[in-house]
Amino acid sequence: MLAYILRRLAQAVVLVFVVATLVAAFIHLIPGDPVYVILGETNVTPERVAAVRAELGLDRPIPLQYAEWLAGLTRGDFGDSLTSGRPIGGDLLLRLPRTLELILVSTLLSVVIGVPLGVLAASYRNRAPDLAVSTFALIGVSAPVFVVGTLLLLLFGVLWGVLPATGYVAFGDDPARHLKHLILPSVTLATLETAIVLRMTRSSMLEVLAEDYVRTARAKGLDGRLVLYGHALRNALIPVLTIIGIQIGSALGGTVLVELIFNWPGLSSYLVTGINQRDYPVVQAVVLVIAALFILLNLLTDLVYAVVDPRIRYG
Amino acid sequence: MASATAAAPGSAGAAGSIVGARSTSSPVWRRLRDNPRVVASTAMLAVIIAVAVFAPWLTPQDPMAMSTGERLQGPSAAHLLGTDEYGRDLLSRIIRGSRTSLVVALLSVTAATVIGTLFGVVGSYFGGVWEIVTMRSVDVLLTFPPILLAIAVVAFLGPSMANLIGVIALLYLPRFARISYGAGLQVKQRDYVEAARVVGARAPRILGTAILPNILAPIFVQISLSLGFAILLESGLSFLGLGTPPPEPSWGNMVGVGRGYLRQSGWFVLWPSLAISLTILCFNTLGDGLRDSLDPRLKR
Repeated sequence: MLAYILRRLAQAVVLVFVVATLVAAFIHLIPGDPVYVILGETNVTPERVAAVRAELGLDRPIPLQYAEWLAGLTRGDFGDSLTSGRPIGGDLLLRLPRTLELILVSTLLSVVIGVPLGVLAASYRNRAPDLAVSTFALIGVSAPVFVVGTLLLLLFGVLWGVLPATGYVAFGDDPARHLKHLILPSVTLATLETAIVLRMTRSSMLEVLAEDYVRTARAKGLDGRLVLYGHALRNALIPVLTIIGIQIGSALGGTVLVELIFNWPGLSSYLVTGINQRDYPVVQAVVLVIAALFILLNLLTDLVYAVVDPRIRYG
Repeated sequence: MASATAAAPGSAGAAGSIVGARSTSSPVWRRLRDNPRVVASTAMLAVIIAVAVFAPWLTPQDPMAMSTGERLQGPSAAHLLGTDEYGRDLLSRIIRGSRTSLVVALLSVTAATVIGTLFGVVGSYFGGVWEIVTMRSVDVLLTFPPILLAIAVVAFLGPSMANLIGVIALLYLPRFARISYGAGLQVKQRDYVEAARVVGARAPRILGTAILPNILAPIFVQISLSLGFAILLESGLSFLGLGTPPPEPSWGNMVGVGRGYLRQSGWFVLWPSLAISLTILCFNTLGDGLRDSLDPRLKR
């Protein structure tokens, strides 16, 4: 097991390194020069371009820049933002927890709602509760996250005005208002996740319910609920766990749209701002952090999977 | 639909390994016909595609014609669905926008299918270096949430329809590579592939005539699901202002712009939202139905 974990960790580190290199190469390969973006249209003279380039260290050989960037990363130094001049590392530390909060809350919601509904649908297969729940799931899977977000915002934030439409209040400043602001973005993110968890729970339950040991448990007269939750659900949850892991990863992508819609100052909105302002070091840093998170999440999912299902060999 | 030539269920295996079988197509068709969800979504998609094809003749008004006196109106006799921030007719813009969404989706998924399947088939058949080159390059693409990768690429290359198609194709290529790789590994072991090799058929011929026809079933399922995802991604990027550039309407950029006018008119975002969701719903339902029909043992 330990050898397996170590090998997977080593692979993950290599993968992060590859992504970091690709990102750096990409930034240098693309047409356009960040210096012109910083200077704007008006005050471009060859002297100024050279000055800014020297100031940013862009006049040195690319391999050297790359080596210094990598060396900085190992110290947690992501460089400075071109627009604000602040160290990017500090901004990342401030914004990352806000994004993770959205992901965590929406994942909890999707498990708390999706698993019981999936069990309900499976135990009433092809009858009214199943059809209702499955229809909800189909809609949840098909409606894009930005559509769900915009429509929830329209209903609860604008038309009925029961929840704050957009914005963010730090938990330390006002816990109650913080939670109110949290509701719409996390429900938006949770819609797709819930639908997927629900579908997976349902199909996995149906498969397990057809197994011999479930029939045996029923035949020996065990209570139906005990069979459902004690025997079937426990075994049905393994694929559900995997899908939750995958969902956390894709929720990371969903936060981009959700943070934009609800004006939530997290990691993803940092990326979008960075892109709009052509703030290359910021884009480079956020892309790298997100890729690293994504790789880490996939790794954790595989490990949890291996722990939960003893049949899986750590080969 | 060409899936009839593909396969009836045959091989053993878990979800996704619906490959290689005799061509007994009638049960597949019957199961598809008997599934009311598949019939309804196919009919709906036919309507949506017809609207896109005949868009220039169907728009009641010029989708680009501005009318500042009629900004952000709700539905009325003059504008059945209302108007946008420049007083343009929303119904006409939705009809026109269907073209953008479908063209981007079709072209990108076609490219992803052709290249991805080629990668997967070549990787599984030849193994060794070929497998490393094709499948590991695909793995790198999977290390990143699709929407973020798309945002990064489009942001740097600039928003245009061609860039959009390229990025979406790149993002969905891995699915096809992995599926055809897995299916190809199974089919490769079959007697008829061995037979083809024994009689001296060359690799391209074996790939084209013995392997490819027998892995089409899972690929068709994936095409339908990917079309839904491609529309999702196109509209998501356009929503962010990184997809279809204005003034050309697309469903995504309509929701994106309308988001800024929620207090004045909810209709503006409602209609394109419904159009996107309905189209994706149809592709998803069709994909699920295809999967169930091609391998009824997977039906739950």
